[in-house]
Amino acid sequence: MKDRPDAYYWKPNILVFACNWCTYQGADLAGSLRYSYPTSVNIIRVPCSGRVEPEFIVEALKKGADAVFVGGCHPGDCHYKEGNFKAVRRFNLLKRVLTSMGVEPERVRFDWISGSEGKRFAEVMTEFDETIRKIGPNPLGRGGNG
Amino acid sequence: MAEKLKLAYFLAGGCGGCDMAIVDLSESLVDALAHLEVVFWAPTLTDLKYKDLEAMPDKAVDIGLYSGMIRLGEQEHIAKVMRRKCKVLIAYGICAALGGIPGMGNMHTKDELFRTVYFQTYSTDNPDGIAPQTKCVVDGKYELTLPEFYGYVRPLHHVVDVDYFVGGCPPHHTFVGKILEAILTGDLPPAGSWITGGKSACDVCERNPAARGQERESIKTVKRTIDGTPEEGKCLLQQGYLCLGPLTQGDCGSLCPKVDIPCRGCGGPIPGVKDFGLRAISAIAGLLEKEALVDQIPSPVKLFYRYSLPGSLLGKKAVRSENAEEDRNQPDDKA
Ligand code: SF4
Ligand code: SF4
Ligand code: SF4
Ligand code: FES
Repeated sequence: MKDRPDAYYWKPNILVFACNWCTYQGADLAGSLRYSYPTSVNIIRVPCSGRVEPEFIVEALKKGADAVFVGGCHPGDCHYKEGNFKAVRRFNLLKRVLTSMGVEPERVRFDWISGSEGKRFAEVMTEFDETIRKIGPNPLGRGGNG
Repeated sequence: MAEKLKLAYFLAGGCGGCDMAIVDLSESLVDALAHLEVVFWAPTLTDLKYKDLEAMPDKAVDIGLYSGMIRLGEQEHIAKVMRRKCKVLIAYGICAALGGIPGMGNMHTKDELFRTVYFQTYSTDNPDGIAPQTKCVVDGKYELTLPEFYGYVRPLHHVVDVDYFVGGCPPHHTFVGKILEAILTGDLPPAGSWITGGKSACDVCERNPAARGQERESIKTVKRTIDGTPEEGKCLLQQGYLCLGPLTQGDCGSLCPKVDIPCRGCGGPIPGVKDFGLRAISAIAGLLEKEALVDQIPSPVKLFYRYSLPGSLLGKKAVRSENAEEDRNQPDDKA
């Protein structure tokens, strides 16, 4: 028995909630500068990382996402002052709950990525995709095949 | 005078506290009994048997109150019988509505529970390693059966359609009086809703800062109920005691904060909240002054999902596909 899924057959489904003012612009820049990032990454644009409710993340994990990434503006840069601070607190608390409920902590990730960090966006996504390929399909979802 | 309304009551995976909340109506119960006829009430209060309920014609009972969660085959069976026999079926009390305290069992798999309870505890003496079976033969000829212990706890609406939900652990008896009155006068909300006054525990709390014209402050420390004594009259949340009053139905009259205990959410979610625990995470985390406080909250699942884990989006512990066998063997909802 192999203890991890064969990357040849299975490709993760990664959902990224990207703040319109930073991470989303970062993804855009990565595109214009031709930095490639994995096709497993699906981006949803949100007005601010503070808009991402714990419900969104859990709903995504229940409905077939293998991993969820929330990207917000760097501390001090949030357009709504403290949306990103609230977001990271909610996220960290949710992560503790998910971990106790049997979800691997690596499946959910929060990071600050600004609009000028196109290269960094591509790097972070590539690394996230590799991590998720190693841990395999999400046990909460429907086998991970979409 | 109109015919008496026929009432059936069943206690499934609960503690009997919900039964007591009805008995606690005392004189008002005597008045209500002039309009209600108890046709089934098991296993407490009456001596009626399952076969008595099963023998009734379908829809012969006007109101069914189902209390307690569903973990066993027997509880599932009676839920289905109650659904057939009752015109209106109510998930009565937070165990039936969302899983309640016993619902925290969903933080573990059935295997983990059995291992602890039947094999590992210090006081267990089980040299033959026997776990509960659904059948066994005694003296070579008597076949005895036990209901099946399912993989996880379910609230009533995961098994059958439910007309109304009532929160509370147990529902406060004055509120039970109001529910009975609503039933007797037919003054019920649209099917599928919670029967509630609609106010949050904060709305009816004497400590509410808004009622004193004060702003809500951020949470500066995280305290457990055993840490010190709360200042009188001041909102518990603002003192660091993680009170879930902001998102809990306050049909109890916000009882716990009256006696220095933070609300733990037994009333169920206020209207509009889909997942109690996730909304609580959002509300509490959003109020924390420092990020470091997040890690000081003890056992967040048991705090935020104390009464609602089986009815939540997460529902039960996630099991990796290699050993998800037990999950797949669970009978499908609404079979
Ligand atoms: S809701 Fe509370 S009082 Fe009612 S059966 Fe469950 S544990 Fe007992
Ligand atoms: S948070 Fe608790 S103590 Fe504060 S007003 Fe609400 S119910 Fe009362
Ligand atoms: S204050 Fe909260 S925990 Fe206490 S009885 Fe009311 S709803 Fe339940
Ligand atoms: S505006 Fe980007 S995180 Fe708030």
